[in-house]
Amino acid sequence: MTIEIENLNAYYEGLQAVSDVSMSIPERAVTALIGPSGCGKSTLLRCINRMHEIVPGARVGGGVRLDGADLYAADADPVEVRARVGMVFQRPNPFPTMSIAENVLAGFRLRGERLSKADSESVIERALHSANLWDEVKDRLKRAGTSLSGGQQQRLCIARALASRPDVLLMDEPCSALDPASTQAIEDLIAMLRAEHTVVIVTHNLPQAARVADRVAFMATTETGDGGHLIEYGTTDEMFNHPVRSATQDYIAGRFG
Amino acid sequence: MSDVLPPSEAGQVGARRLDALHLLTLSAALATLLLLGGVVVFLGIEGAPALSGTSENLPAGASSIWALAWPLLYGSVWASFLAILLAVPVGVGVAVFAVFMARGALGRWLGTAIDVLAAVPSVVYGLWGLAVIAPRAVPVYEWLSTRLGWIPFFAGTPSTTGRTILTAALVLAVMILPIVSSVSREAIRLVPSSSTEGAQALGATRWEMIRTVVLPEARSGIVAGVMLALGRALGETMAVAMVLSPKPFLVSLRLLTSENPGTVAAYIAQNYPEAHGLEVNALIWLGLLLFAVTFAVSFLARAIVRRSGGGSR
Amino acid sequence: MRIARKRRIADRGFTIALACCGLLALIPLISVVWTTASRGLRRLDWDFFTQSMRGITGAGGGALHAITGTLLITFAATLIAVPIAIGTALWLVEYAAGSTSPVIRALARTVRAVIDVMAGIPSIVAGLFMYAVIAVTVGPGYRSGLAGAMALVIIMVPVVERSGEEVLARVPSELHEAALALGVPKWRMILKVVLPTALPGLVSTLLLGVSRIIGETAPLLLVAGFTDSMNYDLTDGRMVSLPVYVYSQWQNKGVDAAAYDDRAWTAALVLLAGVVLLHGLARLVVRRRNQTR
Repeated sequence: MTIEIENLNAYYEGLQAVSDVSMSIPERAVTALIGPSGCGKSTLLRCINRMHEIVPGARVGGGVRLDGADLYAADADPVEVRARVGMVFQRPNPFPTMSIAENVLAGFRLRGERLSKADSESVIERALHSANLWDEVKDRLKRAGTSLSGGQQQRLCIARALASRPDVLLMDEPCSALDPASTQAIEDLIAMLRAEHTVVIVTHNLPQAARVADRVAFMATTETGDGGHLIEYGTTDEMFNHPVRSATQDYIAGRFG
Repeated sequence: MSDVLPPSEAGQVGARRLDALHLLTLSAALATLLLLGGVVVFLGIEGAPALSGTSENLPAGASSIWALAWPLLYGSVWASFLAILLAVPVGVGVAVFAVFMARGALGRWLGTAIDVLAAVPSVVYGLWGLAVIAPRAVPVYEWLSTRLGWIPFFAGTPSTTGRTILTAALVLAVMILPIVSSVSREAIRLVPSSSTEGAQALGATRWEMIRTVVLPEARSGIVAGVMLALGRALGETMAVAMVLSPKPFLVSLRLLTSENPGTVAAYIAQNYPEAHGLEVNALIWLGLLLFAVTFAVSFLARAIVRRSGGGSR
Repeated sequence: MRIARKRRIADRGFTIALACCGLLALIPLISVVWTTASRGLRRLDWDFFTQSMRGITGAGGGALHAITGTLLITFAATLIAVPIAIGTALWLVEYAAGSTSPVIRALARTVRAVIDVMAGIPSIVAGLFMYAVIAVTVGPGYRSGLAGAMALVIIMVPVVERSGEEVLARVPSELHEAALALGVPKWRMILKVVLPTALPGLVSTLLLGVSRIIGETAPLLLVAGFTDSMNYDLTDGRMVSLPVYVYSQWQNKGVDAAAYDDRAWTAALVLLAGVVLLHGLARLVVRRRNQTR
């Protein structure tokens, strides 16, 4: 699934967060959005599954196409969009009332889709394998999802998103609340996911972007109040070793942000 | 490609089609509005006829509904005022004690005790006031009457049963103590530690810190608690109805005699069983009046909180 | 030095005064509990829980009819009040709070103000309201447990709504986002994520709401009335509750006054025990939730 972002503008009540971003995100690859705090990278990510608009007063202009289909068409249902585009958040957020197994199946259960016992077992096993968590939890699937460690909880959330076989997986700083060992586990997982999924990841951590991403997009605000622009977008090698724009060079070199 | 979407359409394309729950919860909210509207409308409909009442058909031969209402309103306000006078110093004291001194288990026990005190049903307080407070109050009242009888409040022959307005106020004070202390406790807890630590760093003793920093900063919260308690005391029915046997139309400052003004709420409960015809309308009208008074009190409380608390929070 | 000493004495005196306040607050509690227990135990026997007052004029008899009445009336009031209160709280927290529509915002403000006003309604006024409703619709003289329950609804709705709103607002926004990002419609998110997550807090809210109305006397005295006999029908005829039973035993003493007093105290003791039990349960529910986190 390729993602085409076209002239995207995003606003919070009276405040522009993303300014006129157009970019094409390739399928079966990891694309990282980097940039200083407040540059609109998380907002841009949340426009790809229409989560931005759940904030009261938030607006979106422009469009996002998933393999040609306009997610912001008048007849597009944001609820269906979100079912096709999975998302993982900064802080692990498993449902505290559900077990590990129920958390994996949460998408189906919450959408009211019924699965046979055999189907749900295979979904659980497949999703937990894909999230690299199966071996650690296979003996305690009935335990509460919140009983796991932070890193395991985050992988459980990834499994939860993968269970619905999304076309795209969005990750919003998925490691920022985790310790180095758990971060390592998530990064390994992202490397595995690349083979089958289109992954877009927002990160603050430049070495992480360099390690996991195939392509990197650098965003920054040019003037205050103007919202974040896409400054430069290219392969990881180009962005880290031969950036064209001076702002990118400065950011990569750690001179601001 | 769609242009800039208005927020409501962007967010609710799917929601609008499916969301029966929104309608359901909205109708619950409207039902709440309807309930209160119903209270005002029905009390108005059934209370209004009392306005045209005369000494022929009003309770106790009152010449008009106002002649009946004013002394009772006076009694309600007087008894509640006395109760506030008794409860507020203790209640605020308990709150300060709970926040600054009774840490750990002691504080938890005190909190639980106050909670239980708040949960005791008012009939139980009524029984207790009659069985425990009234008889023990008699010798105290006699002493007050002989030694301090020259003060108008303590004038007159003291009651031999102890069923006086001061006893009723004492029971009311116990009933509202939990409200005063729990609201004050929250207000005091909200005083930022930067203020208290600042005062202590300047060498203030605990008492000086509480007097000069904590109580002034928590004042609006404490006042709101007092108003809340006042509203509660004004509306309290059973405990007063059981402790006090009032004399109609009496307006008096005397605290110790057996002749006492009644309160609106207790009067309604005491006279309801025998009421018929327009007398019932009169009682309903009294209820509407009581509602208006408690509403004014709670309105005042919110205005106070908003005015002094709104800026800092 | 003298000033320092004065200040120290003032501080000491203040500390002692505060400790006295704490003690002073405990005295009525101990006295109420002790008096009720010691006097209530006299009639705390089998008969009290198995017999009504039908045909009893002196000693003996019980409060079975009042206990039944309390349970029925409280149950009916809870059944009506809780959906209204929790529904209102849900609407305010989940729908109105996230809305930018000026109409919805104004409506939410109105609803909150109305809840505040309702919380201040004296309970006897709630009783008079139901009396007025009856007088206009069915005609005066009608008494029933259901009318009493409706009066209690007025008292219970604001209590449950306010604390229910607090409980619902504490459900983390991360869980909302997690559910929405899975492509879950909002109403399913509320039913399947918000409500289950808030459940312990809502149960505790419910128990506190019940404890608030279970001791109410005045409104029931007005519209549910008093009877000596069993009545299982909420819609037909007088139905007595425990608090009203306490009041009427004390109010209408027969020849053997002590027997009436004893019954009043025993009923008071049962009532007090019930209220304390509900409070304890409410705390337990919330504490267990906090431990599992």
